[in-house]
Amino acid sequence: MELNDIIKPENKVYSEPKLLNRVHMHYCPGCSHGVVHKLVAQVIEEMGVAEKTVGVSPVGCAVFAYNYIDVDWEEAPHGRATALATAVKRLWPENLVFTYQGDGDFSAIGTCESIHACNRGENIVIIFINNAIYGMTGGQMAPTTLLGQKTATCPYGRRPDLNGYPLAITPLLAQLDGTCYVTRQSVHTPANVRKTKAALKKAFENSINCKGTSVVEIVSACNTGWKLTPEKANKWMEENMFAKYPLGDLKDLEDGIQR
Amino acid sequence: MINEIVIAGFGGQGVLSMGKILAYSGLMEDKEVCWLPSYGPEQRGGTANVTVIVSDERISSPVLNTYDVVVVLNQQSLDKFESKVKPGGILMYDTYGIHKKPTRTDIKIYPIDATEKSIEMKNSKTFNMIVLGSMLKVRPMVTIDSVLKALKKTLPERHWHLIPLNEEALKEGGNLIKE
Amino acid sequence: MNDKVTLMKGNEALAMAMIRYGADGYFGYPITPQSEVLEKLEEEMPWETTGMVVLQAESEVAAINMVYGGAMTGKAVCTSTSSPGFSLMQEGVSYLAASEVPALLINVQRGGPGLGTIHASQADYFQACKGGGHGDYHMIVLAPSSVQEMADMVALGFDLAFKYRCVSMILADGTIGQLMEKVVLPEQRPRRTDDEIRQQCPWAVNGRKGMRPSNVVTSLELDDDKMEENNWRFQACYREIEKNETRCELIDVEDCDYLITAFGTTARVAMKTMELARAEGIKVGMFRPITLWPFPEKQLREAAKNVKGILCVELNAGQMVEDVKLAVECKMPVEHYGRFGGNVPTPDELLNVLKEKLINK
Repeated sequence: MELNDIIKPENKVYSEPKLLNRVHMHYCPGCSHGVVHKLVAQVIEEMGVAEKTVGVSPVGCAVFAYNYIDVDWEEAPHGRATALATAVKRLWPENLVFTYQGDGDFSAIGTCESIHACNRGENIVIIFINNAIYGMTGGQMAPTTLLGQKTATCPYGRRPDLNGYPLAITPLLAQLDGTCYVTRQSVHTPANVRKTKAALKKAFENSINCKGTSVVEIVSACNTGWKLTPEKANKWMEENMFAKYPLGDLKDLEDGIQR
Repeated sequence: MINEIVIAGFGGQGVLSMGKILAYSGLMEDKEVCWLPSYGPEQRGGTANVTVIVSDERISSPVLNTYDVVVVLNQQSLDKFESKVKPGGILMYDTYGIHKKPTRTDIKIYPIDATEKSIEMKNSKTFNMIVLGSMLKVRPMVTIDSVLKALKKTLPERHWHLIPLNEEALKEGGNLIKE
Repeated sequence: MNDKVTLMKGNEALAMAMIRYGADGYFGYPITPQSEVLEKLEEEMPWETTGMVVLQAESEVAAINMVYGGAMTGKAVCTSTSSPGFSLMQEGVSYLAASEVPALLINVQRGGPGLGTIHASQADYFQACKGGGHGDYHMIVLAPSSVQEMADMVALGFDLAFKYRCVSMILADGTIGQLMEKVVLPEQRPRRTDDEIRQQCPWAVNGRKGMRPSNVVTSLELDDDKMEENNWRFQACYREIEKNETRCELIDVEDCDYLITAFGTTARVAMKTMELARAEGIKVGMFRPITLWPFPEKQLREAAKNVKGILCVELNAGQMVEDVKLAVECKMPVEHYGRFGGNVPTPDELLNVLKEKLINK
């Protein structure tokens, strides 16, 4: 096939999503955020709902998500994204409203807002990036940091007597009457990327159809924070993270929550 | 004409609602009124008091230190408010449970047997309307007719059948005052 | 009797005025002495009539962030709380100001510091007027001294917030909140339609209708020069507000020898003090700021031109008195009298203070 044939529209098998802005991302090479951003942009585009989508970005590495995905965004104070999203969705009930939060934002400083938004059954989507570390501030311990894992604030490894235990918050949220869909995914292989995309699509549809709160946890690699190469980071994630945070659906109510 | 009043007693004696009905009665006559309760946990079981002002002119301060009319419904309130009656003003108290009577001589003092009367009427809920009837007999700042209108305005319709009983209580309260 | 006149608590008047204004949302958390705001809203069920959203949040922190989230979409949203709750909200207030989004906040003050008491206080004047949160920002601060003003300031607060894309607050106190007096509620205004909001607030975040360019509202700007530019823009807006929006009430200042400065509940008490003083032949006037920020400096300077002294009465240890002294440039004696912890002075008490501190000195 000649180049001219390859670039014919009918031969196109893949293109970057139009909702992904053509700017350099600040994420480290090997980070999962870039892949997840692309999926979010793809799904919104495929669903044709950019006109009524509002994203809420966190404090953490993804604070600048609003520079990368070309929809309307609010930037939240640290941990409060679900409170902002609650108001947006209640005031604009036809919109697709999602938050994009890391483990520190969602399950440390924002735990109260996270749990109560889920418990009220707010019709929002929470995209929860769990990489077991604070990336932006330079690799400190997160609630999800594994026992023995070394970080800047547990340099000799996380100890339960000093630091308590890793927090698996999604199983807790799955127990709440307000959540309709709780799932845990990853984006470290093409197969997992496809599954995560399907999960995001289902969650976004739930928001538009007001079925309750959807939580999509994405177990992710932070090779810089973990001080590993991207390849080794993915391997470390498979061997250690998945044991504590196993992948799969925790809850899926087809008809939405009981009101 | 301005009437500065405080009503004080135990929570549950209907102190705040008596004040409210008095304020609404003033409203029925297009007077200036205000109602300021003591609020918070002290309402519940402890002592409660409410300041009511009924006036022909614009009311300045809702917070007062001395009053034209002081209505007290227990000993603690009597002890607390006796000194706050303006000279020449009115102190009215329910006699039930009062063991230390007021001693001032520069004011008009009206002991009333309102608790006793409410027992006689076989309905303790008439108590505050009996007291209001007595107070309005001594100081007719609003008419009984306005009080009845106020009751109709403040009570939900399902309680309107109680208005005749309240009217009776207001009348009985007035009768407790002997000239 | 005028049918439109009703008796209502200050807190209830706030709630009714929000509905009548056509507010889009209220997010709050119960705290004495302002819980009647949320109670009244829930009782009225405005979502069935005007479509207004009412939500009891899980905390004041959540409530202010719901307000923030809603404000960024261009809707007219508000919250109310009392002092400890307003302390919790300060982070959100700073973000609201930095994001230049309109919102109405209400603090029905109680005695502090700490949990303190549940009765009236004015000890949050500094917090409201000098910036309780981080960074250089201001809110328009309105001080109601009657139930009627509680009702009227809801619309005024919202209108100013939308005019300047800033935060308005009503700084009330426990007495005005709990006080019941006559009020005429404003006429019912319709809520703006979503399309009207899109038109009036082209900056708002509510979806890219018609695939317009995306909107982002953020308080983050890591480029120092750009952040400095933002600050200059905020300050220019504050200067504009100072120029246009100072409000005050002057009573009997034409012939007065002494001036009382007070706001909110203490202004009401001091009005009675004026009556008592004038009955004794002492000529007392009153300056009552209606906007605490911007503080009506010029009006005060003018009113105080010929007086022998000023008594500033507050329910705190001396906060507004600093602005009073700055306004009159310390050209005459300015005395302060404060009560704390939920105590409110009485009219005769203030008359004695006036004599002791200024007249008989």
